[in-house]
Amino acid sequence: MRALRVAIGIAAVIFVAAAAFLLFAWRSEVPEDTAAAEARFAPELVAKGAQLAALGNCIACHTVPGRPAFAGGLALPTPFGTIYSTNITPDRETGIGGWSEAAFERAMREGVDREGSHLYPAFPYEHFTRVSADDNRALYAFLMTRVAVKAEAPENDLPFPLKFRPLLAGWKLLFLDSGEREPDPGQSDAWNRGRYLAEGLGHCGACHTPRNPVGAEDRDRHFGGGEAEGWQAYAINTESKAPIPWDEQDLAFYLRNGWHEFHGVSRGPMAEVTGNLAFLPDSDIAAIATYVRSIMGAPTPEREQRAAQLREAFEGQRPEQAADSQRSPVSASGGQPGEAIYLAACASCHEGERRQPFGGLNFELSTAVNAPNPQNIVNVVLFGLPPADGEASAVMPAFRYLLDDQQVADLLAYMRERFSEEPPWAGLVEQTARTRSGTYKVAVRPSDGIERAPHHVGAEED
Amino acid sequence: MVSLTVNGSPHQIDADPATPLLYVLREELALNGAKYGCGLGQCGSCTVVVDGEAVLSCMVPIMLLEGREITTIEGLGTIDEPGPLQQAFIELQAAQCGYCIPGMMMSAHALLRRNARPSEEEIREALTTNLCRCGTHMRILAAIRRAGELMQAASLPAADQGRAG
Ligand code: FES
Ligand code: FES
Repeated sequence: MRALRVAIGIAAVIFVAAAAFLLFAWRSEVPEDTAAAEARFAPELVAKGAQLAALGNCIACHTVPGRPAFAGGLALPTPFGTIYSTNITPDRETGIGGWSEAAFERAMREGVDREGSHLYPAFPYEHFTRVSADDNRALYAFLMTRVAVKAEAPENDLPFPLKFRPLLAGWKLLFLDSGEREPDPGQSDAWNRGRYLAEGLGHCGACHTPRNPVGAEDRDRHFGGGEAEGWQAYAINTESKAPIPWDEQDLAFYLRNGWHEFHGVSRGPMAEVTGNLAFLPDSDIAAIATYVRSIMGAPTPEREQRAAQLREAFEGQRPEQAADSQRSPVSASGGQPGEAIYLAACASCHEGERRQPFGGLNFELSTAVNAPNPQNIVNVVLFGLPPADGEASAVMPAFRYLLDDQQVADLLAYMRERFSEEPPWAGLVEQTARTRSGTYKVAVRPSDGIERAPHHVGAEED
Repeated sequence: MVSLTVNGSPHQIDADPATPLLYVLREELALNGAKYGCGLGQCGSCTVVVDGEAVLSCMVPIMLLEGREITTIEGLGTIDEPGPLQQAFIELQAAQCGYCIPGMMMSAHALLRRNARPSEEEIREALTTNLCRCGTHMRILAAIRRAGELMQAASLPAADQGRAG
C-alpha cells in the first residue's frame, strides 16, 4: 500500500513537472495574416532588405541547388540528424505567405514559427535575435516580395526525443541570450556597427565558433574555429593560424573581393559569404573588418617578425601575368613520395608567377597547411575549385581521379612538414577516403559562390 | 622508364616521371590531338580521359599514370572511321579554329560513357573546365547531344564507343 502511495506521489510530481514544462515551452500561435502576401512595400525598404538578406546569407540554407531561391528543402546534416530548411517565400500554404510582420519578428528574435513551434537552432536565432526591428522590417519586406513558390520541405530526420520541439525551450533557456545589444560606448561607431553586423545577421560565429555537445556555440571559444558543410571555418580570434596575421585592411579587402594576395581565395561556404557581401556598402565591410580584427588581438612579436619576412618575400614581387607558362617541369626524382607529387603536380601553379586570385597561393602563406584539421586541403585536392560561370574566377583542377587516398595523404604530409611548424596530421588516409566516398559530406562550390546559387556544384541533392 | 597505356597500346616512356602527360603525348607519342592551351589547368584544351574520367593532361605527371587506361581523341576513331562523337562534331560543323575541340570531345566522351542521354545541365556541367575562345559553344552543345543520339541509335552501350574507352 505504502509503495503504491509513493509511486502515485512520484507520478504526480512528474506529471506536474511535465505540465509546468509544457506551459513554459508553450508559445501562442500568431494568427494567419491572409493579406500579408499581397502587402506592398516601399522599394527602398525592399532594397534594404535585399542587402540584409545577402548579409544573412539566407539563400544558402533556404535554397536547394538548382531549385527556386528561398523555397527551402535543403538538407542540413547536423551531428543530431538531418534538418531541412524551410520555405521562406511568400507562399501561403508552404511558405511564410500567411506570416504577419510580428510573426516574422518573433521568429528572428525567439526562434518560434508562426504556429508557435520552437525552431531548431540550425536557424541561427542565437544571432538573429540581435537584429533591430527596423532591419527585420526590411528583411520581411524583401522576403514577402519574392516569387511565391509552393514547396513543402521534407520532414526532419531526427531521433525521437529531438523531434519533440518543446524540448527546445529548455535549450533556449540555457543558450539563447535574446534581444538586441546596447552599443559599447568605449568602442568606435565602426566597431559597434561591425559587431552588430557580424554577431547579428552576419552570424559569423555560427561557423567560426566551435559548438558544445548539444550544438550551442561555445562562448568561451568565441571565433575559435568551427565547421560548415564539410569545411573548416578557421579560427578568427587570437588562435588564427594565418602566417601573415590579418590586419584590418587586408580583412576588408578579402571580404570585399573574396581573395587576398597574402591569404588566398575564399572557397566552400565562405565563397558564398564573400559573394553575398558584394551587396553591402564598403562602410559595412570595413566595420565588420574592424570588429573581427579586434577579436583577433595583436599578434605576438614572433608572428609579426615572421610576417614581415613573408611580406617582403611576397609583396609585389610577382608579375601580374606569367609571360610564359610553358616551363620545364621540376624534376621529381628522389625525396619522399609526397614531395614528388607536390613538385610535379602542385608547384607549377603554387610556386608559379601568377598572382592571386588566378594563381595558386604559395603555401608559405596558407592558413590551411597550418590548420589543426587538414579537411580543407583534402577537399580542394580532391574536388578542386570549380570555375565561376561567365566571369574570370579562381579555379583549380580536381585531383580525385588522379591521386588515390595514400597519395593524397603522402602529399599532405609533405606539405605539412615543409610549410608548417605544426605537428603532423594524423589519419590522413582515412580522412581522405571518407571525404572521397561522401561518408563525410562536403559541399563544393565555384569560387564566386553566390553567383551560381541556387545551383551549388557538387552538393548532394537528396 | 614509365609504362603507359594509351588508346589500348602499351608504351615505355623514357622521361622524367614528373613530365606532364601532355608533353609525352605530343612529343614522344606524336598524339597531337590534345592541345597545349595554358599549361596551368585552366583552359581544358589538353583534356584526355584516364580510367573513364576527364583529366587535364598538362597537370598530370606521368608517374601517376602507371597501369592506368589513357584515352585521347585519337582513340575515339579515325579519319576514315570517325567515332560517334567525331561524326557528330563534323556533321554539325562544331569547330571554328578547332583548338578547344579535342578537349571538349574528351570531356563529352567521359560524360557520354556514363550517360548517353545527359541533360543540358549535365552537359554544361561536364564542360565547365573547357574554354572556347571562338565562341562555338552552341554548336558544341548540339554536337554532344547529337553524339548521344548516334550512340543510342547504334544501340551500343555508350561505354563501347571509344576504342579504348
Ligand atoms: S593546357 Fe591544360 S588546361 Fe590549359
Ligand atoms: S573552336 Fe576555336 S577555341 Fe573553340
